[in-house]
Amino acid sequence: MGIHNAVKNIKSISAYQVIQFVIGALFIGYILWRLNEILRVNPIYGPDTWMRFAIAGLILGSVYALIAIGYTLVYGILFMINFAHGEIMMIGAFGGYFVFEALNAIPTPTAADPELTFLSAQPVISVLLAFIVGMSVSALSGYFLEKIAYRPLRSAPRLVPLISAIGASIFLQNAGQLLFGAQRRDYLNPEVLTRGNGWEFPVGEGTVILPYTGALTFVLSFLILIGLFTLVQRTRLGRAMRAVAENKPVAALMGVDVDGVISRTFIISGAMAGAAGVMWGIHLGLVYYFVGFIPGIKAFTAAVLGGIGNIPGAMLGGFFLGIVEAIGPPILGLSFQLKDVIAFGILVLVLIFRPTGIMGEVLTEEKV
Amino acid sequence: MPMLEVHNIHTYYDNIHALKGVSLSVEQGEIVTLIGGNGAGKTTTLRSISGLRKTSRGSIRLNGEELGAYKPHEIVSKSVSMVPEGRGVFARLSVAENLDMGAYIRRDRKGVEADLERVFEIFPRLKERRKQVAGTLSGGEQQMLAIGRALMAHPTLLLLDEPSMGLAPILVESIFETIQQINQEGTTILLVEQNALMALSVANRGYVLQTGEIVLSDTAANLKQNEMVQKAYLGME
Ligand SMILES: Nc1ncnc2c1ncn2[C@@H]1O[C@H](COP(=O)(O)OP(=O)(O)O)[C@@H](O)[C@H]1O
Ligand SMILES: [Mg+2]
Repeated sequence: MGIHNAVKNIKSISAYQVIQFVIGALFIGYILWRLNEILRVNPIYGPDTWMRFAIAGLILGSVYALIAIGYTLVYGILFMINFAHGEIMMIGAFGGYFVFEALNAIPTPTAADPELTFLSAQPVISVLLAFIVGMSVSALSGYFLEKIAYRPLRSAPRLVPLISAIGASIFLQNAGQLLFGAQRRDYLNPEVLTRGNGWEFPVGEGTVILPYTGALTFVLSFLILIGLFTLVQRTRLGRAMRAVAENKPVAALMGVDVDGVISRTFIISGAMAGAAGVMWGIHLGLVYYFVGFIPGIKAFTAAVLGGIGNIPGAMLGGFFLGIVEAIGPPILGLSFQLKDVIAFGILVLVLIFRPTGIMGEVLTEEKV
Repeated sequence: MPMLEVHNIHTYYDNIHALKGVSLSVEQGEIVTLIGGNGAGKTTTLRSISGLRKTSRGSIRLNGEELGAYKPHEIVSKSVSMVPEGRGVFARLSVAENLDMGAYIRRDRKGVEADLERVFEIFPRLKERRKQVAGTLSGGEQQMLAIGRALMAHPTLLLLDEPSMGLAPILVESIFETIQQINQEGTTILLVEQNALMALSVANRGYVLQTGEIVLSDTAANLKQNEMVQKAYLGME
């Protein structure tokens, strides 16, 4: 009996691996064939177009990376997926939106431009204020989300806070719709950050535009990512976060206020999602109650791709996903409207074939 | 007034009545040992003192102050440190970071540096491996790290949960020598052990715990001579 079962097990494992290998080989073969097709046989895109794709991908990827860190930080510490994280981003996007609207209502007429408002007269202060407000409201939302929806369920089975997270996500979407209406609003930028404007430089036979909004997004994301990494690796709070992630009772024995560290983790994740929300608004230009949903799921994909719980993994996963979304459709020969499908296809494939992510899940003793 | 006075505590895990009225006291400067078999409630006693497990009845006083209302991280700042069973080093943190975690509550840089020197003096191995990730240390080195980390809080009362567990006999001796040395340098110690022989050789007094109740308490010397202790815990007939 036992031997029979063991043999069956070996057989089923190897069958699974064969299928995995065949699918992988087919997929890579297809990509190579497509690459050959569009780069050599029938080059429909010039280098300038590829450059445009790459720029768009890197910018979007940097936003995904910011959001993905939030999933990974929370998972690292509580072993739960904060499905309401996308909505935290939405709240931050609205925060920045209302700052811009309010500043645009302050007239600062000059002789040259009697219509000038504070928003365009003082773009640096305006953008700074938008980020401060956006990040703060998201940080606060994250703090209360944990306190209200997750903390009471701390000792419940792992599925319970997950369901609570989905509930919180739906609740926040509906609250957003009630408060701000269902219509899509245009994000009103300071004039210098008019969408579409940017530095132009020649590539191949065309010109490529590096949009100002994109440059702002990328540079700010990068700075925040470096800051976060430094915080986690070098500061007292970061060390406490890593200790709490590894073993909560022992961290408490070191004098760490575990609940306080968990709160601060949600505040940090929330602030990063808020920054991402403001960037989303400034760069892509739309905000409405559902704006956090798709980027939220994509950033979750990025976090899973990088190995959930793994901070550098989430950063790389974010950039990877942004680039795949930008150059994936032409390489695979799909319509650009299917870019979301590619992202979710990746999520499904990773979850099936390598649920620990490309970089591997961080192992913890305390996987309750 | 004893430094630590545990009076008639009851502690539960859901419906498991793990401690059924445990009382014990530790005077300043002593090494007191709590011995007993597997599942007797030794770890639960230490967890109750350090606040990790709430007691449902009884009192725990430190220098006269009731600890019951405090959370574990608040009890640490009252100069009580615990080395948990199974060491509990942070495997993904470096040795240096683990030691830093031990000094988490402290703000006196000078004092922390002095204590770090002291820990490296007691455990030179830790100094050599300072940059190494703690998960890659051997069992003995992890125990040194766990004790060193607790010392970094500069405790006046140190709770040790089975420091000899899983160590080679030669290491066990050196760990117990270290415990005595730490005590001579002024730290009061409550030592939980299954290795009763070693524990009774370093301790001043001892308590015997059986299924959640203290069944004996005496000086360590007397306990060593006690027939019941010899039979049950020292493996003598
Ligand atoms: N986390 C727990 N959940 C449920 N029961 C526990 C738990 N920890 C300990 N116990 C029970 O409490 C009793 C005392 O355990 P413990 O204090 O760990 O004993 P010792 O440290 O002396 O071996 C035992 O019966 C044990 O099964
Ligand atoms: Mg024990």
